Amino acid sequence: MGIAESILLTIATAATPLLIAALGELVVERSGVLNLGVEGMMVMGAVCGFVAAALTGSPWLGVLAAIVVGALFSLLFGFLTLSVATNQVATGLSLTLLGLGLSGMIGEGFVGQAGQKLPSLYIPGLSDLPLVGRLVFGQDPIFYMSIALTVGIMWFLFRTRAGLTLRSIGDNHASAHALGIPVIAYRYLAVMFGGACAGLAGAHLSLVYTPQWVENMTAGRGWIALALVVFASWRPLRVLAGAYLFGAVTIGQIHVQALGYGIPSQLLSSLPYLATIVVLVLISRNRRLTMMNTPASLGRAFVPDR
Amino acid sequence: MRVELIKRPQQSALFSAVSPFIALALTLVAGAIMFSLLGKSPLDALYYYFIDPLREVWSLHELAIKAAPLILIAVGLAVCYLSNNWNIGAEGQFIIGAMAGSILPIIFPDFQGWYVLPLMLLMGIAGGAAYGAIPALLKVRFNTNEILTSLMLVYVAQLFLDWMVRGPWRNPEGNNFPETRRFHVDAILPEILPSSGRANLGFVFAILAAIVVWFLVTRTLKGFEVRVLGSSPRAGRFAGFSAKKMVFFAFMLSGGLAGLAGISEVSGAIGQLRPVISPGYGFAAIIVAFLGRLNPLGIIASGLILALTYLGGEAAQISLGLSDKVVRVFQGMLLFFVLGCDTLIHYRVRLVGFGAKPAVEGA
Amino acid sequence: MKKIVFALAAVLAAGVSVPAMAQDKIKACFVYIGPKTDGGWTQAHDVGRQMVDKELGEKVETQFVENVPEGPDAERVIERFARSGCAIVFTTSFGYMDQTLAVAQKFPDVKFEHATGYKTAPNLTTYNSRFYEGRYIIGQIAAKVSKTGVAGYIASFPIPEVVQGINAFTLGAQTVNPDFKLKVVWVNTWHDAGKEADAAKALIDQGVDILTQHTDSAAPMQIAEERGIKAFGQAFDQIQAGPKAQMTAIIDTWGPYYVKRIKMVLDGTWKGGESSWDGLKDGILTMAPYTNMPDDVKKAAEETEAQIKSGELKPFTGPITKQDGTEWLKAGETADDKTLLGLNFYVKGVDDKLPQ
Repeated sequence: MGIAESILLTIATAATPLLIAALGELVVERSGVLNLGVEGMMVMGAVCGFVAAALTGSPWLGVLAAIVVGALFSLLFGFLTLSVATNQVATGLSLTLLGLGLSGMIGEGFVGQAGQKLPSLYIPGLSDLPLVGRLVFGQDPIFYMSIALTVGIMWFLFRTRAGLTLRSIGDNHASAHALGIPVIAYRYLAVMFGGACAGLAGAHLSLVYTPQWVENMTAGRGWIALALVVFASWRPLRVLAGAYLFGAVTIGQIHVQALGYGIPSQLLSSLPYLATIVVLVLISRNRRLTMMNTPASLGRAFVPDR
Repeated sequence: MRVELIKRPQQSALFSAVSPFIALALTLVAGAIMFSLLGKSPLDALYYYFIDPLREVWSLHELAIKAAPLILIAVGLAVCYLSNNWNIGAEGQFIIGAMAGSILPIIFPDFQGWYVLPLMLLMGIAGGAAYGAIPALLKVRFNTNEILTSLMLVYVAQLFLDWMVRGPWRNPEGNNFPETRRFHVDAILPEILPSSGRANLGFVFAILAAIVVWFLVTRTLKGFEVRVLGSSPRAGRFAGFSAKKMVFFAFMLSGGLAGLAGISEVSGAIGQLRPVISPGYGFAAIIVAFLGRLNPLGIIASGLILALTYLGGEAAQISLGLSDKVVRVFQGMLLFFVLGCDTLIHYRVRLVGFGAKPAVEGA
Repeated sequence: MKKIVFALAAVLAAGVSVPAMAQDKIKACFVYIGPKTDGGWTQAHDVGRQMVDKELGEKVETQFVENVPEGPDAERVIERFARSGCAIVFTTSFGYMDQTLAVAQKFPDVKFEHATGYKTAPNLTTYNSRFYEGRYIIGQIAAKVSKTGVAGYIASFPIPEVVQGINAFTLGAQTVNPDFKLKVVWVNTWHDAGKEADAAKALIDQGVDILTQHTDSAAPMQIAEERGIKAFGQAFDQIQAGPKAQMTAIIDTWGPYYVKRIKMVLDGTWKGGESSWDGLKDGILTMAPYTNMPDDVKKAAEETEAQIKSGELKPFTGPITKQDGTEWLKAGETADDKTLLGLNFYVKGVDDKLPQ
């Protein structure tokens, strides 16, 4: 395995959880809901995935458990913001707080245990191809899911009737309601999908990236996923590009350090954040373009009139 | 079964007053269940949470220390949120304010006198306001989403502080540990009642800020402008208000207050700069702002309550051996219940059964 | 609702059942910076606390608060301990230094011990562990086992303790191979498994075949195992994470120290104002079993360990040249503790610029 291929693989691993969590949040936000609880749902997915894998001996069941728990946990947010019309920003932040605490409780007995790693794909011959072999044919299953999700969500949002309906709810929930669309039901499904994705992203952390459980192991990745959604101006393909760009900058700064140039590590560590701001500015400068993609009802509570 | 909300014609005065108590009661019940499941006496646990920290005077001082930055930041955020500006980067403004205010005692330690502290406070406010102006500028000039830029700037501020404290500003007599020199006497925020505890003027600032901002929001034209632009930008434009100026006003006010909180914390409770000076006050304050329903006076209460759960959590850890995670879960539950119950102020709630028969009707 | 109010009132009236504590038991209290199950620094202290429970349980009761941020929160927790009748309070993070001192001055009858700091008082002692002794040994092992002659070092923050480790590792390696190189990556965190894993992969991609870390998670060990290179564990025996990769680990063992000090409180011989900096010989750090290496390397490592224990070998003994080429220690000269505790420069051979 050459160094270039190896670095690309590292970037893919770093980008995958960001990509999956961001894609889930993208669907949620397209429906007009802002869920700031990604970090909390992700860490719940990580711990439940790990615990389920440890108890059953099957990392696949761990992945399943993480998805289910992520979706269920997001229901808490969904119920409060959709059925009880609480403020989405505050509820999302509370969800993160709760998730970080609850995951610590659940995982208390599992710290320091060697985890099970989800096996990577290996196709004799193909996986050994130079340069692209491992990248295309030798990665972990969740990587392939992340690519499938990207394509699937693109197709769903822009090629299906349900996707169109979802976007129209995000743009104007009142008129969608007037047309007889079940706004709340759609949003419940979107929120749960976002939770499931965050759970899956968490499972990637505790079953692929670093197969172990440590408290707060998401370490802010949920927040970066949130940033990616806006960075991508709510477009799935741009989320993919953003996640890989972010991964590349993160990994790149480590390589620069290891080469011993002596640039302050804090400066390098802040590069991804500064880059995000710059790209945000560049993208949003074109007002018309942004307006076209931004879900206009984002973050606003919707209560149907009778 | 599903929940149905019916908008009230006007806010319910009854539920405005009662909903916090309903939320508290629900939290107590849910907490009691959780503590019993963990094998602890629920009454003991609740006692240590809510009563024990209030029994002694020194502990009340500690409560004030913990609540002061939360209230100061949340009051500024309330103005932001009322005017529909989503600043979630108060943590960064807190840090930059603290750093700006610390320039005097760190770089010019020989510059001493009674005037040092007021200057530091002003520089802290200016630093926070300037840092808050960045997302405002980006929003106005480039239409950039302020939630994201303000959040990204938090990380940048944290890393900047880290670098300064480990590098240029490191204490020359501190064995190379990552902290600045300790502030001289003139740069320390005085304590309110030194004989009984450590609480410093930061708490006084917090209360004053809350009262001033409350007056501003409810009794002045500016406050009217804030609320009009927040609830309906179009109406605001017709009224001749500038949405752009409001963005700057809201961000710089909340940034300035966060900066004041930062320099008060550093010059009061800490006495020097360190790589980390805030355990997430800027984020906790968002919750405080909403718990206080974006009302500056309500924020005083919610800030004190959130601070109490931290102190109570420690008491429960020490006395009952409850883990720190339980503390955070309990906080999360409290927040959910409070947020949920506040809905009752604006809406009637009906549970609609499968046969569409109203089951419960909330007043 | 009403019932609860009544019940609460009843409890208040009756006085809450304070956890039973026999009269002759003393309390030993611990303030932790992280969660007690962090798999690293804090957990090592908590294992030490549990040893106190086990060995002195009849005479001592232990209490702790975890996840205490440095600053005003720490001062509050320490003061609460002091007020609640703790006989001795251990504060286990460098950043608690000034807060521990402030509370110690306020409560002269309570005894305090602060880990890794340098400020003392008549009732405040500091304690620390010479982790660098272990790092000297693993440096030697690394140089003997490495084929590429380059090792990777995943570092947290450039504080003296970490710089000591990097220097000791390099000095140990140079006794075997004077040209041995060390690549350092600063991750600016004690605990982010993902970041540590990224750093490990990057270092391996750049050609290191030995990994060592001064961060808390077992992620780098897992990566080493996966990529088939060798590594050293940190704070805990990480053999589970790297059954084929781990050659040894530097294990923090605070228990014996805690037991010793609390016994001194019990029999009245505890003294304040001291700074204790124990090493391998005192058992405050221990080496995990030497495995996954040739027998001669193992033998050499055991010999070095024995020499350090007997005091025959001190890692920071001259001649040592600083990275910038100037002389630090003359032949035979040994670094004094004060310099080591404030160490802020590299020795020659470290392929990194120390963040200043």
